[in-house]
Amino acid sequence: MPELSLAQIEQQLALAVDRVMTEGSLHDRELAALAVKQARGDLIEAIFLLRAYRTTLPRLGVSLPLDTAAMVVHRRVSAIFKDVPGGQILGPTFDYTHRLLDFELAAPGSLVAPAGVESGGEGDRGTAPLPRVMDLLDREGLIESEPPSEPGGQVGDLTREPLTFPARRDVRLQNLARGDEGFLLAMGYATQRGYGRNHPFAGEIRHGEVAVSLAPEELGFAVEIATISVTECQMVNQFKGSSTTPAQFTRGYGLVFGAAERKAMAMALVDRALRVRELGEEPASPTQDEEFVLSHSDSVEASGFVQHLKLPHYVDFQSELVLVRDLRAAHGTGAASAAPDGR
Amino acid sequence: MTTRYNFAYLDEQTKRMIRRAVLKAVAVPGYQVPFGSREMPLSYGWGTGGVQVTASVIGPDDVLKVIDQGADDTTNAVSIRRFFARTTGVATTTSTEGATLIQTRHRIPETPLREGQILVLQVPIPEPLRWLEPREAETRKMHALEEYGVMYVRLYEDITRHGKVAQTYEYPVMVDGRYLMRPSPIPKFDNPKLDRSPALLLFGAGREKRIYAIPPWTRVKSLDFDDHPFEVEHWDRACDLCGAQGAFLDELIVDDKGGRLFICSDTDYCARRRPAGEPRPGA
Repeated sequence: MPELSLAQIEQQLALAVDRVMTEGSLHDRELAALAVKQARGDLIEAIFLLRAYRTTLPRLGVSLPLDTAAMVVHRRVSAIFKDVPGGQILGPTFDYTHRLLDFELAAPGSLVAPAGVESGGEGDRGTAPLPRVMDLLDREGLIESEPPSEPGGQVGDLTREPLTFPARRDVRLQNLARGDEGFLLAMGYATQRGYGRNHPFAGEIRHGEVAVSLAPEELGFAVEIATISVTECQMVNQFKGSSTTPAQFTRGYGLVFGAAERKAMAMALVDRALRVRELGEEPASPTQDEEFVLSHSDSVEASGFVQHLKLPHYVDFQSELVLVRDLRAAHGTGAASAAPDGR
Repeated sequence: MTTRYNFAYLDEQTKRMIRRAVLKAVAVPGYQVPFGSREMPLSYGWGTGGVQVTASVIGPDDVLKVIDQGADDTTNAVSIRRFFARTTGVATTTSTEGATLIQTRHRIPETPLREGQILVLQVPIPEPLRWLEPREAETRKMHALEEYGVMYVRLYEDITRHGKVAQTYEYPVMVDGRYLMRPSPIPKFDNPKLDRSPALLLFGAGREKRIYAIPPWTRVKSLDFDDHPFEVEHWDRACDLCGAQGAFLDELIVDDKGGRLFICSDTDYCARRRPAGEPRPGA
């Protein structure tokens, strides 16, 4: 068979590349494609390959916060208003496709447009800023404000500093962004089924290209260094209020590289579930337990530890054998025969 | 896309960070120091903590030995030894006496260690209280307050249920009378070797991002009760290959009729005791 090229993987398995970049914490389509190729399509293995490479790279600086309102949008939907300023932009999605195997794709040369993707027809919105739906709610005071962190404020980095508890939200979000999609999907789903329910509405989901800027100290002003593809999900959740403060909706947030709506939405659900402490709610479910969620979300850690059971453990098992034979012998009645001549 | 890696794979900044954690661990024996554990080119759970500690303390003049289950020839030991041979070019050995640095999983060599040697132990779960309290926030508090009663209760419950403490590996120890420590999953047979060891003992848990240490000559006591003193496992027979008495023996099932061979788990120790490396026939 002809060998797959990295360009083929990058373009024809683009969503696999997106997932590997997100959970691998490295925005590099070519390296992610290489990892997918080397891992023969095992995405968790590909994520591991990319992580092990990333860890050798120096961290040169911290970018300014992404301005997702200035995103060049390919897709943007809000489930909480029929129409919003800038409009609903369907863009590429599997959502309304009928999941019928397209046998025409089986014939070579049939791939003209990305498979199973329907375009909204309106095309990209260009570079005009598209106001975020949450900002519109915020202007009315209907949703909790999220003031931008103070300039120069330190952002946590799990890849440099170990996770400690209680964890700050920036670190939690980083953990979730790197977290296994399947794990987050299950956790997010569990919140919907009553394990830490938080009444979510998909306030806005947008996918597109966004500029990354860096303000080097010696320069004193920001320069654009790259454009990356991201998906952002903002959930509007359970309102809270009291006799002293008027009712307000709360937020859950998800942000991932590339086109990965499922992951971004699950992340937003779990982010909101983990905010129990700061919102003064009573944690009642594993989905709201940050130690439980954050300690077990990482596929590289989980995959390694589960599979390490394949390594020889015969020394510890020998110790257990010695003990169990002793206990059985002490128990009497025929148990001694269970011990071979070595005991 | 060819890339050259730094000596021992890790960059120097990372090694410095790990060395700082190691120094703190040595200064506070038995205390688990959090560190910014890196992703390694080996799976988590396969010795990434030990590998990071080794990578940050190894120098060009070191002679490295790597064992797993006491054996130099087990797959993961071979893999880790090759990793360092490839990324550092240092000399490797199977000789316990000839090594300056030994990385191990699940055993401490039978040959007594000497001053100046470093033993690096790979640790899956560093927290001795973890099965009693799953929350890290809680267990850190318990260590701070030296609140170790639950561990004694757990051992006591074993005695009431089984007549003896039914913990065979990762048997808890008190280090220098202060910190409760999980000695990685070595069999309790090896616990006495921790006490006043002339060698520096370093413990690395990569996935759990903790480093701890037992500096040379530190008192290490396995938990017990006056009327139920700590005891180690013993075999009423000698090694079938070298005739060693009082070594940790592995049990090999050699046929389907109950035939068994008992041999030293420490392959270097066993080979040295056999004349010219000739295996003696099994019993």
